[in-house]
Amino acid sequence: MLLIPESGLLFWMLLSFGAVVFILTKFGFPIIIKMVESRKTYIDESLLIAKQAYVEMDKVKAAGEVIVDNARREQVKILNEATQTRDLLINDAKEKAILEGQKLIEEARRQILLEKQDAIRDIRRQVAELSVDIAEKVLRGKLENKDEQEKMINRLLDEINISKS
Amino acid sequence: MSRLYKILVIVVLLISTMGARVNANEPVEKAEPKEELNVREFILEHISDSYVWHITKIGENEIAIPLPVILYSSTTGWHVFMASAFHQSNQYEGFSIAEEGKYKGKIVEIDSNGAEVRPFDISITKNVFSLLFSSILLISVILIVARSYKKDPLQSRGGFIGFMEMFIMNINDDVIKPCVGKDYKPYAPYLLTLFFFVFTNNVLGLIPIFPGGANVTGNIAITFVLAIVTFLIVNISGSKEYWREILWPDVPLWLKAPIPLMPLIELVGVFTKPFALMIRLFANMLAGHSIVLGLTCLVFVTVKMGPAMNTSMTVLSFVFSVFIGFVEILVAYIQAYIFTMLSAVFIGLARVEPHHKKEKV
Repeated sequence: MLLIPESGLLFWMLLSFGAVVFILTKFGFPIIIKMVESRKTYIDESLLIAKQAYVEMDKVKAAGEVIVDNARREQVKILNEATQTRDLLINDAKEKAILEGQKLIEEARRQILLEKQDAIRDIRRQVAELSVDIAEKVLRGKLENKDEQEKMINRLLDEINISKS
Repeated sequence: MSRLYKILVIVVLLISTMGARVNANEPVEKAEPKEELNVREFILEHISDSYVWHITKIGENEIAIPLPVILYSSTTGWHVFMASAFHQSNQYEGFSIAEEGKYKGKIVEIDSNGAEVRPFDISITKNVFSLLFSSILLISVILIVARSYKKDPLQSRGGFIGFMEMFIMNINDDVIKPCVGKDYKPYAPYLLTLFFFVFTNNVLGLIPIFPGGANVTGNIAITFVLAIVTFLIVNISGSKEYWREILWPDVPLWLKAPIPLMPLIELVGVFTKPFALMIRLFANMLAGHSIVLGLTCLVFVTVKMGPAMNTSMTVLSFVFSVFIGFVEILVAYIQAYIFTMLSAVFIGLARVEPHHKKEKV
């Protein structure tokens, strides 16, 4: 009895199993499998990309380190050069300043000399004028009387004669 | 999450043992006037199909869900009525449920010669109802899982959908892929459907309260259809080499020349493979149901042997029922697994590539 398939049950089984197979093989399992597999490939790809990114990052990091190293070396070099240049400049400036100073001093000295000579000349002139004036006054004083005047004229004439002869 | 499933499993088991008890209450009351419980009849009644879904009996009131009866009689045409029509008398519109004989428990009509004749019977019986229920359940569960991917395909899932995904991919990757071999993809949806169909019906059969408890996969009609579909798929996808190996195998000429001895054996093999599938699932599930029922009957059979014996046997019956409950859950999975795996293996074998020539060289 148990081993004879019942026709009604067979009919319903064919119907329902057919429906289940149709629906699930069309709308059920393929979608699930596809999605899980696409997710799997997505994860794999992501991992690969991440790995590549790590490698890339390491490379970049190394390159960066090289750049930083170079920069540091360059910096040291530039600093050194700057120091040298500075020293050079300062020395130059110093020398120039000394020279300039010396020149100025020289000039000043010359100026002073000239001024001095001028002043001396002036003083001389004034002294000469003063002495002429004084001499005039003294002469005038002395030539108050006639005798004196004659004496003077004679003497002066003598003097001229002497110089002529 | 895993704790939830554990609790679920325990609850299912508890219900299964309790339910078995509820079912078993009924024959005791029946047995009292008869004094004797016919264990064989009782078990057979429970594992075979019926037109009503008997739930329990409280006092004198039968609690049963009547199911629709759909008949086609060659003389009177179509008849559709509820099985409760047989409740008052055993006669309705010329049909009756056979008390004994070849069609015991089935609806028959008496033909003009006075002989019992089976009408074409596509009634929604207990098994059919359970079958439809499990089909709808399976379709909705899988479609819910499939639909959740449409929103955001690349997000990973947790909870029930994650569990189903794991389950499906486990069968897909560990059973179907290695067994079918390369180009397994067109067969995967069918094989997955097969697995979950058998599994759902097996598990539902273990739950003794209403929508479950029917002996669906323990019915030969069900496993027959499953085996036939697998048989068709195997032989339709059979490669040239597969047919050559059957009709002209690599054996000495006298084994195949005048009398096709080996081809005959091979050809028989083609049919025994799905036949074995059919019988294996059917027998396993039938045996599982029978054992649970038999263990439950132990309580009622030992009533006559006095209270001490009866109590100890009740305890024993309970302990064994729990144990068998666990085993049956395992069997439900294993049978679905084996059915799918063997179907996959047969498909894989039918798609052999020629390899003998290479070996000869």
